[in-house]
Amino acid sequence: MRCNMSEEKKQKPINFRDVSTCESTIQMLQKMADDGVANAFQRAADMKPCPIGADSACCKHCFMGPCRLNAKDPYSKVGVCGATIDTIGARNFARMVASGCAAHTDHGMGMVDVFREVVRGNISGYKIKDEEKLRSVAKSIDIEVEGRTAQEIATDLYEELERTYTQVEGEIPFAKRVPPKTLETWRKAGIVPRGAMREIMELMHRTHIGVDQDYENIVKQCSRTALVDGWGGSMVATEISDILFGTPKPVVAGVNMGFLKEDHVNIIVHGHEPLLFESMIAATNDPAYIEKAKAAGAKGIQLLGMCCSGAEVLARHGVPHAGNFLSVEPVIATGAVDAMAVDVQCIMQALSTVSACYNTRFFTTNPRCRIDGAIHVPFEEHHPEACTNKIVDAAIDRFQNRTAKIEIPRRKDMGVHGFSHEYINYMLGGSFRASYVPLNENIINGRIRGVAGVVGCTNPRVKQDYVHVELVKELIKNNVLVVQTGCSQIALAKAGLDKPDAAVMAGDGLREVCETVGMPPVLSLGSCVDNSRILIACSEMVRTGGLGDSIADLPVAGAAPEYMSEKAICIGQYFVASGVYTVFGVTFPVVEGTKFHKLLFEGLEEQGFGKWGFALDPYEMARMMIDHIDKKRMALGIMGERERKLFSMEDRRA
Amino acid sequence: MSRLVCFAVIQGAYNIVSKVEGAFKMAMDKYGANQPLAFPNTAYYLPVIYSILGVKIEKLADAEPVLKRCRELLPPHMSGSIHTPYLGNTLDAGMATILAEEIFEAIRYVEEPDFYLHGEDCDLENGKIWLGAADDTVFRKRGVEFVDGSAPGFAAIVGAAPNPEIAKMIAEDYQKKNLYTFMCANQSGTTFAEQLVQAGVQIGWGTRLVPFGPDISAAVFALGFANRAAMAFGGVKPGDYATMLKYNKDRIFAFINALGEVNAEWAANAGGAINWGFPTIADTDIPEILPTGICTYEHVVGNISHDHMTAKSIEVRGLKVAVTEIPIPVAYGPAFEGERVRKDDIYLECGGGKTPCFELVQIADMDAIEDGKVEVIGPDLKDVQPGNRLPLGVIVQIAGRKMQPDYEPILERQIHHLVNYAQGVMHIGQRDIAWYRIGKSAVEKGFTLEHIGKLLHAKYHQDFGAIFDKCQVTIYTDEAKVKELLPKAQAAYRTRDERVENMTDEGTETYYSCTLCQSFAPTHVCVISPERTGLCGAYNWLDCKASNEINPTGPNQPIQKGEVLDPKLGNWKGVNDFVYKASRQSVSSYNFYSIVYDPMTTCGCCECIAAVLPMCNGVMTVNRDYTGMTPSGMKFTTLAGTIGGGNVTPGFVGHSKYTVTQRKFLVGDGGLKRLVWMPKIFKEEIRERLVKRGEEIGIPNFIDMIATEENGTTEDEVYAFLEKVGHPAVTMDSILG
Repeated sequence: MRCNMSEEKKQKPINFRDVSTCESTIQMLQKMADDGVANAFQRAADMKPCPIGADSACCKHCFMGPCRLNAKDPYSKVGVCGATIDTIGARNFARMVASGCAAHTDHGMGMVDVFREVVRGNISGYKIKDEEKLRSVAKSIDIEVEGRTAQEIATDLYEELERTYTQVEGEIPFAKRVPPKTLETWRKAGIVPRGAMREIMELMHRTHIGVDQDYENIVKQCSRTALVDGWGGSMVATEISDILFGTPKPVVAGVNMGFLKEDHVNIIVHGHEPLLFESMIAATNDPAYIEKAKAAGAKGIQLLGMCCSGAEVLARHGVPHAGNFLSVEPVIATGAVDAMAVDVQCIMQALSTVSACYNTRFFTTNPRCRIDGAIHVPFEEHHPEACTNKIVDAAIDRFQNRTAKIEIPRRKDMGVHGFSHEYINYMLGGSFRASYVPLNENIINGRIRGVAGVVGCTNPRVKQDYVHVELVKELIKNNVLVVQTGCSQIALAKAGLDKPDAAVMAGDGLREVCETVGMPPVLSLGSCVDNSRILIACSEMVRTGGLGDSIADLPVAGAAPEYMSEKAICIGQYFVASGVYTVFGVTFPVVEGTKFHKLLFEGLEEQGFGKWGFALDPYEMARMMIDHIDKKRMALGIMGERERKLFSMEDRRA
Repeated sequence: MSRLVCFAVIQGAYNIVSKVEGAFKMAMDKYGANQPLAFPNTAYYLPVIYSILGVKIEKLADAEPVLKRCRELLPPHMSGSIHTPYLGNTLDAGMATILAEEIFEAIRYVEEPDFYLHGEDCDLENGKIWLGAADDTVFRKRGVEFVDGSAPGFAAIVGAAPNPEIAKMIAEDYQKKNLYTFMCANQSGTTFAEQLVQAGVQIGWGTRLVPFGPDISAAVFALGFANRAAMAFGGVKPGDYATMLKYNKDRIFAFINALGEVNAEWAANAGGAINWGFPTIADTDIPEILPTGICTYEHVVGNISHDHMTAKSIEVRGLKVAVTEIPIPVAYGPAFEGERVRKDDIYLECGGGKTPCFELVQIADMDAIEDGKVEVIGPDLKDVQPGNRLPLGVIVQIAGRKMQPDYEPILERQIHHLVNYAQGVMHIGQRDIAWYRIGKSAVEKGFTLEHIGKLLHAKYHQDFGAIFDKCQVTIYTDEAKVKELLPKAQAAYRTRDERVENMTDEGTETYYSCTLCQSFAPTHVCVISPERTGLCGAYNWLDCKASNEINPTGPNQPIQKGEVLDPKLGNWKGVNDFVYKASRQSVSSYNFYSIVYDPMTTCGCCECIAAVLPMCNGVMTVNRDYTGMTPSGMKFTTLAGTIGGGNVTPGFVGHSKYTVTQRKFLVGDGGLKRLVWMPKIFKEEIRERLVKRGEEIGIPNFIDMIATEENGTTEDEVYAFLEKVGHPAVTMDSILG
């Protein structure tokens, strides 16, 4: 195994402070440089993005090409089959949506599989932990709950939710949660999803050579497919996870590499699904294993999360989180990671190499995700311990045989995490007055200007965490309440904005509301499938009233300023199709000045949906989002100061 | 700042819940699990616990699970530099406080049965002023005022003012704004209620200044009052806490004034009240919670000076109060209606059987009268010695294009409460049985007989300005003149009565709706015909007609009764269509003349409730003032709880006292002949008319065939009585058809 890449070819020198604002990551990047270990930051510096690919002006959908159009003069040429830039751009975009949707829905389907086995009594390791949530989810899709047992409800719920994936006609179950006016817009456009398999299949079919060559028609199916992610696969994943593992409510928890403990056996779980992690929690708390670790000379076992797996358990159990996507390689350079176990999505292949360099035991666990050089221990829901025991054993063994020099960054950032939709209700009214009314009221009276979802990955093409943090700071300063998921929320947690004290950085109005509720100005919601919680929150804001009839009327906006995955594209499209203005950073894979681009950035809004936006600079991005929020406030007639209405008896009769 | 409030609320909640747990344990040891635990004469158990949790507390042991719930509701103490959100926790802690306090107060009723007086009035002579939980009779009577808007809300005053003068200023200001003031807690042993007594202010339900109790735990009585209103008039189901609290926020305009230092226990109560949407306004510099959401506007506002306390409070609660400025030298408003002028305080007395006295409103020609002219013919107050009597005749002449003779009785009926609204003036009765007492305190402030005319003129214009243009008042105290005019007035009363008596439902195409109570009972609709007056007793057909004339878009709308669907039961298509729409699609049809088949609904403010007694093959009726048991097995208050809130409940119907002697009373089920039982006080009250109706139906001694509680309060006893007297119901067709 060659760790020192510098021997291979000349590397472009990078200043670590230019590529990240995460102190721990910078420290480890320095260490990696000293150790001669390559990482994504370095590779990105060395790898110029493919210019044709960056504009998505290349078509590889058949073998008459690949055809390459000129992004500078997009209508000057067509492909061999005659495909225009709009067709090519839309088809490429559609393939990203299909892939992103497939990732989330497959994750959700995995959860449904486990749920079924739990309901049928075939799995004993998991059980229905949150019966209240079970009942409320069932009720939301018209399953009778009064006087029925959890088992009966769960059986019906399983059958119903399975339709999210397998149904071939009709509407997916959670379409019932969509605000009526928004649903009406979808129905009119013919984009209410039927079932995930069907939509992804149709999208893949349509983007085959010689099928759908009308970009507007392709975008419709993009929306339909994306919606089956947001309101289907992702939402099912969130809801089943809550039912099986508990609905998050705020916990004070820590983020950053400082939570690694030199004198402990350190195990990191990285990836996206909660199953492996939940079982790892059980294994690492097993007294027998703690004893074993102690026998090996450790003081205990320290379990940490990274990426979205980490975000799930950070919110649910307060398990410390070591860092977001781009920090996964650097954390290994601490030398303190005895084992890293991964499941699916956003697992860089290079982790296998980096782990080898620092003698970290690196495990793949999911049959969908195997990596050359990794130890594969299949995680099987019926017998999770078969997998987790091996990982813990290997970690203890590695602890005893640590060879790498240990250097752990000191930084530990505490914050409040775990704002589920259910808790937000409670937070705003207690057990007896739980509702979104205070949120809507304070938006209407202008204390809160609007709500922004800032989500998504980190990407070595932009300075890690910088755009997230600066964007969010700018938003809260302008009284925009920010909700977060995924790697973005970890960036803000490291910056200390998940603490209630961060309210001092907010504008006067938002600060006052934060102080009243006792909440931070930035609410951390969970992993990237938990973007579905934002959809639910938007629906609830509409239902609560006073802010319009559809999601498109709400003074809200979304952003993924440092995204890197196709999942992000799919998420963006489902927010846009649901009615939200969604701004992306980094790059946008569509040629500017084309009809397709115009449709995404303007046309969809005219049809009653949201629209896309793009900006690199965080302040520019904030301005675009705030302008949009103000535009919606204007349309709602809530721009100025609200008059105090005094109620007479006539008013009460009305 | 909120963090400090929340910290205090949570601390206070722990104190209170722990204290009540201790009191409960001692009570269990002393009295045992089966010791009855209740507030006096109520069908709503311990009303906050019943309404919020749906739990019926009947005996001591029932309180145990509630205290357990209180303990569970107590959130973790706030600590550390990073905390999780506290608003939800604070509200829960507040609720735990309120629930626990209700148990505490109920235990006090066991421990010290005489701690609270039972009724509407204080007993100042014996130094007993605390009234505790309002029983259902008081609550229903007063609740109606909240429903119809004559009391737009209440102020719950906690603590004490710096001195009695300030207490008096605040209390009288709320009285002028028509609000009720509920008082509890003390500030170093001084209470607001006692300050009022010291300042010479009459307290009690009658003057809307209600001393609940000397401890903070008595705050729960105010919330219990509010929640009973929601259950009784709003049809909110016990245990449906979300609807209950939303109802309070939207419809019961209450707030708290914290006077003096706020301790943690007060804070816990304030936190509890926020659940209801009731904000706290304090005179001390306490941390504020301003953003809106749980309450309509601010939640906690501090540092308000006593001069601004009342105005700021109603603004924070979002309440619109119309204050009437009447050109008389004493305070004026409904809050003074119940105030008495006691024997020793009388300056002048008229009527009441001691001197001739009458009131008459008559239509006049526009040119014949002068608007605003008030003339006193005979001696005025300055001409008599304190404690004297005079004869009195009050003649009000009204003119205007829209004025009709039909409106005379409506305006005349107002005299009673309009005169009563003046502070220091008492009025009882009407027509030629009117009775006036003018107190020394009023005369000291410069009140004269002329002011009676002034206030009538001002209020008539304010309330009825739409139906007339001119109003002139002449007040006679000259004995010869009064004696001369009295027979003329009596003749006018007779003519008027005959005119109304002769109106029939069949002969009238337009009925009137009354949705006045929809402020509290959103799905209830009354429809009023000439032969079926409103069940609250306040509105007859003519009243509605006039009200519609005054306010064409108001709660009284004309309804073309339309096609007759059932003449016997009293069912019309036009009426049904209106009711369906106005009840927000909850009631599609009801019958005017039946108790058995889809009877008319009630909001809960009915004067009386009739119930079928199947064994007796008849019906009983009970009036609100009668608190005893009835042959239906239920007291009035339980009956009202069963049928209120705008539901059709076959076998039961709400009605006014007057309706019993109207020709159409239950005519679809056999009419008055079905009436087998009524309380004695009720029978005596309507004796004259009942005798007359007996003659009309051909059974002159019918009144004596109706059983009262003296003949029995079970169906068996009543049946035996009916057999003995040969009551017609016994041999009629089965009432259940």
